[in-house]
Amino acid sequence: MSQQDPVERANEGEEPLRFEQASWQASEETYEPLLSEKGTREVTVESPLPDDLTRDSVELPEVEEPELARHYTRLSEMNYGVESGPFPLGSCTMKYNPKFTEDLAARPDASVHPDRSEQASQGTLQVLHELQGYLADIGGMDAVTLQPPAGAAGEFTGILIAKAYHEANGEERSEVIVPESAHGTNFASAAMAGYDVVSLPSNEDGRVDTEALDAALSEETAALMLTNPNTLGLFERDIEEIADMVHDAGGLLYYDGANLNALLGRARPGDMGFDVMHYNVHKTFATPHGGGGPGAGPVGVVEELREFLPDPHVREAGDTYEWYTPAQSIGKVHGYDGNWLVLLKAHAYITRLGDAGLTDASAKAVLNANYLAEQIDYEIPFGPFHHEFVASAGEQDAADAAKRMLDFGVHPPTTKWPEIVPEALMTEPTEIESKRTLDQLAAAFDAAKESSDETLADAPDRTAADRIDQTEAARNPRLSWQALDE
Amino acid sequence: MSFEIRDDCRYRESHEWAHPNGVVRVGLTDFAQDELGDVVFVELPQEGDALSRGEEFGVIESIKAVSDLYAPVSGEVVAVNERLFDEPELVNESPFEDGWMLEIEPTDADLDALLSPGEYRDQTE
Repeated sequence: MSQQDPVERANEGEEPLRFEQASWQASEETYEPLLSEKGTREVTVESPLPDDLTRDSVELPEVEEPELARHYTRLSEMNYGVESGPFPLGSCTMKYNPKFTEDLAARPDASVHPDRSEQASQGTLQVLHELQGYLADIGGMDAVTLQPPAGAAGEFTGILIAKAYHEANGEERSEVIVPESAHGTNFASAAMAGYDVVSLPSNEDGRVDTEALDAALSEETAALMLTNPNTLGLFERDIEEIADMVHDAGGLLYYDGANLNALLGRARPGDMGFDVMHYNVHKTFATPHGGGGPGAGPVGVVEELREFLPDPHVREAGDTYEWYTPAQSIGKVHGYDGNWLVLLKAHAYITRLGDAGLTDASAKAVLNANYLAEQIDYEIPFGPFHHEFVASAGEQDAADAAKRMLDFGVHPPTTKWPEIVPEALMTEPTEIESKRTLDQLAAAFDAAKESSDETLADAPDRTAADRIDQTEAARNPRLSWQALDE
Repeated sequence: MSFEIRDDCRYRESHEWAHPNGVVRVGLTDFAQDELGDVVFVELPQEGDALSRGEEFGVIESIKAVSDLYAPVSGEVVAVNERLFDEPELVNESPFEDGWMLEIEPTDADLDALLSPGEYRDQTE
């Protein structure tokens, strides 16, 4: 790939590539005016609209280039990301996104149109097919769709597949069982698929209460949704018994891939008896967290569910690859085969780490969580845990403790969830942190624990922005630049 | 912590109070507003809407959560507290007075199906 400036290339008499021309021209047009150029710009526009539908001026924000540069620099300084420091947001698995995956996705030849013919898309199809295979191997599944555009979309897709499976067997089941400590998206996915949600309490150890499960299971049970290790970081030791119970009742076992990072290379949901699962590639395979942008939440299924996968799906046909529509497909949950560039990054990450690297990642993720837990003074009621732990802020308000941690240059953990632990501080450092940054995190935890009520109430006081008034922001949102003066 | 529970109201398990006085006035309890935290938005039905007991009649949003509101009795909505649209904080400040939500002309005024003040108090403790 040429990194040469298109202007330079044009000066040398060489025609810039078409995509370069487009981005070059776009940038020419979007430069802000210099100070000497700033002023009211009058533009005459010929319009066929009647006079009472047009106006003489529009108020558009206009700043000169230095102001704009400062604006964005200031915003970037107020921001905090995984490239600023530790980001132990529990259950979110905030891994660093390696730059080589970004570089790969930025290659012009990675920008391929999905409507190209199969023949011209063989490279793309091969990558997608390989990724399907890698994910199937990692999860112990028989087939994988890459189409769902996010983890929650994957959950919804998985439940739709389960529903289609039951319906194909002539069964109308009405309930999905979800542990009370599950991610909120589990309840939402089941409800959106038209199921009644049955909430399952935890036992004293913080794991699935098998007696309560036995009581909840019935011929109405379509599926049980679980994550393992669970939200407290605890491995569900009875998982094989749980799987048998669900299967005996005619239900399917759904695996929420949120915590897959703890199992990589060591245990597979398919081997535990799970029938359907989703993968959070932004967590486990270090692609950027979507935040509403393009993401991916592939779904793996066992053989019996293969033909229900979304349309289209990629398969091998002799020496080539082709799209096909699974016989009893649930239809489309997104365009084409999902967000290709995100999937490409996941493929690159998995390929580079390999079996040894992925196994090493889960080991270090678990080691880091356990090392950090040893260093902090807050009580951690449940264990032994894997990749994350839930500490309790005790008498403190967990939100205050989190705000105080900001003063020590780290991002705080997830707060007040799961509710099994009072004033929860749910912490997941992931494998990316070094001993030095883990010690920095531990110091921030302990400083928050030692802080007085007064200090906590006023925290943070060393950050670019003070504590946000959430209530005022929700009651009187200012959503336009014009509202800044109000 | 103790919360106000009025003796002249009946209650739903989902924390709505119903005060009979010709029509039935409906709101959210002191306990519920405290659990929710600062209320930022209230969505209510329109006058003339028909409700059945247990039906969702609106939505309340706080900085912590979004919850549905459920009708304690069946009947026609004859008044809506429109102040809540601009001042949702009234639910926090005055749950039994200025923070009322609806008045229902009941078709089924059997309030005995609802919790007594004592029963509701037991639920919140």
